[in-house]
Amino acid sequence: MTATVSYVPAPDAAPRSRMLGAQTRMELRLLLRNGEQVGLTLVVPLLLEVFLNLPLLSSLGGSRRIDFVVPSVLALAVMSSAFTGLAIGTGFERKYGVLKRLGATALPRSVLLLGKTLAVLLLEVLQVGLVCTLGLALGWHPHGNPIWTALLIVLGTLAFGGLGLLIAGTLRAEVTLAAANLIWLVLLFAGGIAIALDSYPAPFADVARYLPSAALSDGLHHVLQNGGGLPLGAALTLLVWSAVALPAATRWFSWE
Amino acid sequence: MPPQATHAILAPSRPDEAASGPALEISGLIKSYAGRRVVDGLTLTLARGEIVALLGPNGAGKTTTIEISEGFRRPDAGTVRVLGLDPLRDAAALKPQIGVMLQDGVGAYTGAKARELLDLFAAYAAHPHDTAELLELVGLSDVAGTQVKRLSGGQRQRLSLALALVGRPALVFLDEPTAGMDPQARRGTWGLISQLRADGVSVVLTTHLLDEAEQLADTIVVINHGRVVATGSPAELVRAGAEGQIRFRAPAGLRLTSLSDALHAGASASEEAPGRYLITGERSPQLLASVAAWCAAQGVFAEDLAVERRTLEDVFLEMTGAELSA
Ligand SMILES: Nc1ncnc2c1ncn2[C@@H]1O[C@H](COP(=O)(O)OP(=O)(O)OP(=O)(O)O)[C@@H](O)[C@H]1O
Ligand SMILES: [Mg+2]
Repeated sequence: MTATVSYVPAPDAAPRSRMLGAQTRMELRLLLRNGEQVGLTLVVPLLLEVFLNLPLLSSLGGSRRIDFVVPSVLALAVMSSAFTGLAIGTGFERKYGVLKRLGATALPRSVLLLGKTLAVLLLEVLQVGLVCTLGLALGWHPHGNPIWTALLIVLGTLAFGGLGLLIAGTLRAEVTLAAANLIWLVLLFAGGIAIALDSYPAPFADVARYLPSAALSDGLHHVLQNGGGLPLGAALTLLVWSAVALPAATRWFSWE
Repeated sequence: MPPQATHAILAPSRPDEAASGPALEISGLIKSYAGRRVVDGLTLTLARGEIVALLGPNGAGKTTTIEISEGFRRPDAGTVRVLGLDPLRDAAALKPQIGVMLQDGVGAYTGAKARELLDLFAAYAAHPHDTAELLELVGLSDVAGTQVKRLSGGQRQRLSLALALVGRPALVFLDEPTAGMDPQARRGTWGLISQLRADGVSVVLTTHLLDEAEQLADTIVVINHGRVVATGSPAELVRAGAEGQIRFRAPAGLRLTSLSDALHAGASASEEAPGRYLITGERSPQLLASVAAWCAAQGVFAEDLAVERRTLEDVFLEMTGAELSA
């Protein structure tokens, strides 16, 4: 530790764009370095894609099983990274004082949250690429407009991200871990992702339709399976979830 | 989000009063937890470019005071001005100007490598230090590629120091900076902190090492139960009370009444043990001269004569009580 360096103060914050770039890179790097995150967001969706495509579950879809499976798995992928992964990661960062420490730097919280969001979106690009590639290999025929698909994914990310941050910012990390995994599992099977809601009794299905998982999954099936235009109902449902969850997360998020 | 003070952040350092007033000004600070006052009317001032060391037993309120100054906690009463700014209201303008070393470790992404984390913090600052150079400086070059969670305790502490400095702050808060460091790293850190001061950085540090405080600080503030019980330069604190003592060895059974007469008022002489003499009184050249003259007059050769001054530790224990052991 020899001192030849000058410490003459020159304190100033970096431009936000530089902070955002560095923050996003760090968040993404950590997501890809964390084994559990990779399992949750990349491995499990691909395994499910193969599994759901097996002919043993004959109740799925109509003639072309893979055309049903790919939109479902895309919805699952978004829920995994934007909700479960983000909630668990953020919950433990909060527990271990990461958010507190970052709070003592020039990094504004808005840039931190934006960086997390961008990292999740970039991870989703990777997820979508892998899921679609595997789908094509399994004989998937994509329909519909990719722009509507992208729009639905972004809306789904905002809705799920808001909910994930709300949980992570208000509950203890251990509770967040359990809740985020449990909700993931419940929504996967009862939230219109792996099993179409039509297979459930009407009163339940009518309510469950408004879950973010169902809205995202429905919307993606509408576009990708049926080649439909932008599904307004689904988009609106996701928008409402975002409009509730994001301000709530901002309002109640406690950083320590 | 707190209100954005974009202009304050982007403006170059202004040579106005905000940049020339005290680095830290705390007055009448009060903070309670569950009805118990852990900071109780604390007042202190740190001039620009100086080092203040907060001393006090565990639980005295040092970390609470520092974390209020950093904007992590809200005071119940009193005012705090950091570089002329309110830590809560002006958080956005203040954060880029301070460097922080928390007591409870690095506190950042434990999955990141040391180098990555320092680069990230560097990216928050407009004119950061060269991160490779800084890693070298704190002796972490060899473990730059190691994840934070795999660093040793002392290495984390060094990284934490580097993170506090990388943005070229005007004021740094170092909460027990050398805790867990080996003696070499501790010396190195002392050198670094002195260098900070030489370059005009203001430093608030806490420590339980009295020699650390004595060596580095311009001002030492002793805190007990959330109150300041002593303030001053290390020399002033040691001089305060001015009690000194002289010890020597000589044949047992000397008649001390004549010695007491020879000493000035307030000083006293006693034979602690056969042949071991103790004189207490205000530390002054006269005291020493009187003792020496008396010995000469008695034809006694005083051996092992030693003038002892109070150490900072004596002062500290006196100020903060013996309840440490309770
Ligand atoms: N968040 C909190 N909730 C309740 N009590 C707290 C909290 N933070 C601090 N305290 C209490 O306030 C007192 C002062 O704590 P503080 O951490 O400021 O002490 P300190 O002087 O830094 O001690 P140390 O030398 O051990 O670091 C302690 O009794 C502590 O238990
Ligand atoms: Mg402390």
